[in-house]
Amino acid sequence: MPPQLTSPMPRLASYAPLKSLAALVVLVIALSVTTDKFATVDNGLNVLRQISVNLCLSIGMTLVILSGGIDLSVGSVLALAGAVAASCLKKGLVFAALGFEVHFNAIGAVAVGLLVGAALGAVNGQLITRLKLPPFVATLAMLSIARGLTMLHTGGYPLTGLGESFARIGAGSLLRIPNPAWITAGLVVLFHILTQHTRWGRHLYAVGGNERAALLSGVNVGRTKRITYILCGALAGLAGVLVAARLDSATPNAGVGYELDSIAAVVIGGATLSGGRGTVLGAVLGCLLIGVLNNGLVLLQVSPFWQQVIKGLVILIAVAIDQASKRQE
Amino acid sequence: MTTGESPLLAARDISKRYPGVQALAGVSLNIRAGRLNALLGENGAGKSTLMGVLTGCVQPDSGELRLDGQPVHFPSPRAAQEAGIAIIHQELNLAANLTVAENMFLGREPLTRWKLVDHDRMLHEARAWLAPLAPQLDPAVRTDSLSIAEQQTVEIAKALSLSARVLILDEPTSALTHQEATALFGLIKQLKSQAVGMVYITHRLDELAEIADDVTILRDGQFIGEQSFAGVTRAELVRMMVGRDVEPLTHSRANDSTEVALEVRELSLAAPKAGRPLVVKNVSLSVTKGEIVGLFGLMGAGRTELLEALFGVYPPRTTGEVIVGGVRGLFVSPQAAIQAGLALAPEDRKRVGLHLDASVTRNVALASQQRYGRSGFVSASAEERTAGELSQQLQVKMPSLRTPVRNLSGGNQQKVVLAKWLATNPRVLMVDEPTRGVDVGAKGEIHLLLRRLAAQGVGILLVSSELPEVLAVCDRILVLRNGELSAQFAASDATEEKLLTAALPVSNAERHAHAAREEN
Repeated sequence: MPPQLTSPMPRLASYAPLKSLAALVVLVIALSVTTDKFATVDNGLNVLRQISVNLCLSIGMTLVILSGGIDLSVGSVLALAGAVAASCLKKGLVFAALGFEVHFNAIGAVAVGLLVGAALGAVNGQLITRLKLPPFVATLAMLSIARGLTMLHTGGYPLTGLGESFARIGAGSLLRIPNPAWITAGLVVLFHILTQHTRWGRHLYAVGGNERAALLSGVNVGRTKRITYILCGALAGLAGVLVAARLDSATPNAGVGYELDSIAAVVIGGATLSGGRGTVLGAVLGCLLIGVLNNGLVLLQVSPFWQQVIKGLVILIAVAIDQASKRQE
Repeated sequence: MTTGESPLLAARDISKRYPGVQALAGVSLNIRAGRLNALLGENGAGKSTLMGVLTGCVQPDSGELRLDGQPVHFPSPRAAQEAGIAIIHQELNLAANLTVAENMFLGREPLTRWKLVDHDRMLHEARAWLAPLAPQLDPAVRTDSLSIAEQQTVEIAKALSLSARVLILDEPTSALTHQEATALFGLIKQLKSQAVGMVYITHRLDELAEIADDVTILRDGQFIGEQSFAGVTRAELVRMMVGRDVEPLTHSRANDSTEVALEVRELSLAAPKAGRPLVVKNVSLSVTKGEIVGLFGLMGAGRTELLEALFGVYPPRTTGEVIVGGVRGLFVSPQAAIQAGLALAPEDRKRVGLHLDASVTRNVALASQQRYGRSGFVSASAEERTAGELSQQLQVKMPSLRTPVRNLSGGNQQKVVLAKWLATNPRVLMVDEPTRGVDVGAKGEIHLLLRRLAAQGVGILLVSSELPEVLAVCDRILVLRNGELSAQFAASDATEEKLLTAALPVSNAERHAHAAREEN
């Protein structure tokens, strides 16, 4: 008998984020019934705009968590990348000694944000793969360093008035859908393909699942991880640009605590912190669930203090259900 | 039979069956006060399972245990411990970050009136237990500052402080130097005088003269015999250990190419810590196309390390030369080795061979990604096609190609590992213990597969510690001992006795003399 190539049922049943999807559907229905403001187009677009930044970070976090690591520095990297991009936009780069100035338009500023994020991610990757520092420690240090550099760069004051074309990246919309939502939707497609249909994606899952087996199978473990941290940093840099553009201001305190939201989204989306398990689409679900929950609690006029408690409980429940279903396997 | 007094602990007619394997079939063992019973047998003879039964880790299907003549049942390791049975494992079980005294009293620390740990009393009691064994040992130092031998002594003292009357020593000398082993034997004699009964597992037959009172021999889970050690020769022991009727070899090489597929010249591998002896010493070997070369050796002989070193796993520590697929030199990574046509199906498939949560397809395709697409992209359908073909060819039994390999049986997991490497179209396939933990049926299939690959011209280097396997499958057999090649046999000349004799470490005295010669 030839081996059966497809077996849709078990595949569907073992699709971890399915429970998050079910929870999301239930939540959406419940909020539509209990409030009259939830199920409106405006509110939907509002949710999309709100989750874009966390989604951008969560895609990168998914990659890092898949590799078996963690990146605690994304919030600080977001702030530094936003601040550097904003200052390039406002003042350009001045090389006084050479009598030389470079000026940036909005696209150039986006590129600067991406580059700053990628560079910091590259440093994380080097620390983790060459100096063999635990990812938790290396990125915890980077969390502090990047935040400090942001303060130094801005002197502690927000950089405002970044120009209309730059602000449009964060605040504008196309076909009523906010621009950040378009951008992150594109990223979701891109990174879904990268993780599911490229050699690097295969290697990423293999490294996170069993690093030694991956090494013995000819996977360049160090390079795979370094690429992962660079991508995560670049996505954090882009998120920094989106935040600065939406507020028309790069504040030195941008992104404080965002790393925890993105880790929460990835975990709710079915990834395991030990690596090798999780998907970009799962992270999308996780972000949507957190976003809809936040939005709904605001509409229901629940105190923001309770919102935090409830968010924590959702994380616990999601992971507990996931653990229980794994034990059944 | 050495009777006289009734044994402290006796196992009678113990049987234990695991899926596909009869691990123990009617085995008996007697442990007498003040005597040491050496338990001998090849790897896989059932020694570990029997020790598991004695220590409450394994529940036998039938048979009984008697303690002081009374039937007992150990539902848990704890119950065995409370009955006075202790085991010193090959891998020691001490928390490296705690002191000697803290380790000895872990979980039962003496407390003060205020329910705080009474450090003074703990140190005092630890010193009292250590005094007769090793008076120089300070119970206040951390255990990771001790040598292996000292750590062993701590474990023994801990066992005695738990009022152990039966002590099981599992290959205690495998990591000891000559002097340390001698000291351990002194300790064993002392324990005998304290009426402790001991079981001693070892591969080093030369040690027995110093310490053994009785010997018990197991083979393939069967009880071969128990007798007094006095008057038994080494040759008799070896014969009892391996003495099955070897099936006549019926195979002949189907492919008699003389083209060399793999050549290894003077390969050495340094130990991870500087100053330790080489793990692999100056090994030279070659494998021709279509040949199955066996690499036999006991645990710790450096077999796995040899394969991994020539596969490019430890580039900075490896010296020598490897020639395969027109490439000459040392591989800097497994990636480079695979490119040249080498494949290594590793020993411990769960730990280093497979990604257990990933599907059969993902595991099969991991080492051969270039096959499934261009410029970095991978076609899932191409992966699935290859995985489907190979798993059909190897008769992998599975619900579907998308099943996580965690849910497959050991034999089928092993076939997935082999399929992964066949997908790379190797010139030379190195397989490390391919049938360990695999049921009898799948074992035969894996042997046939290796023969078929050889017939197709693949060179095969097979590492195994199972003598019948090596004899049945290989065309030529190399024996590795302490990281060095110690003998080479054509399949027609090899016997289990010859192989085992070449693999057993030379006696301590001989080793000592050898070392002295080298120093001069």
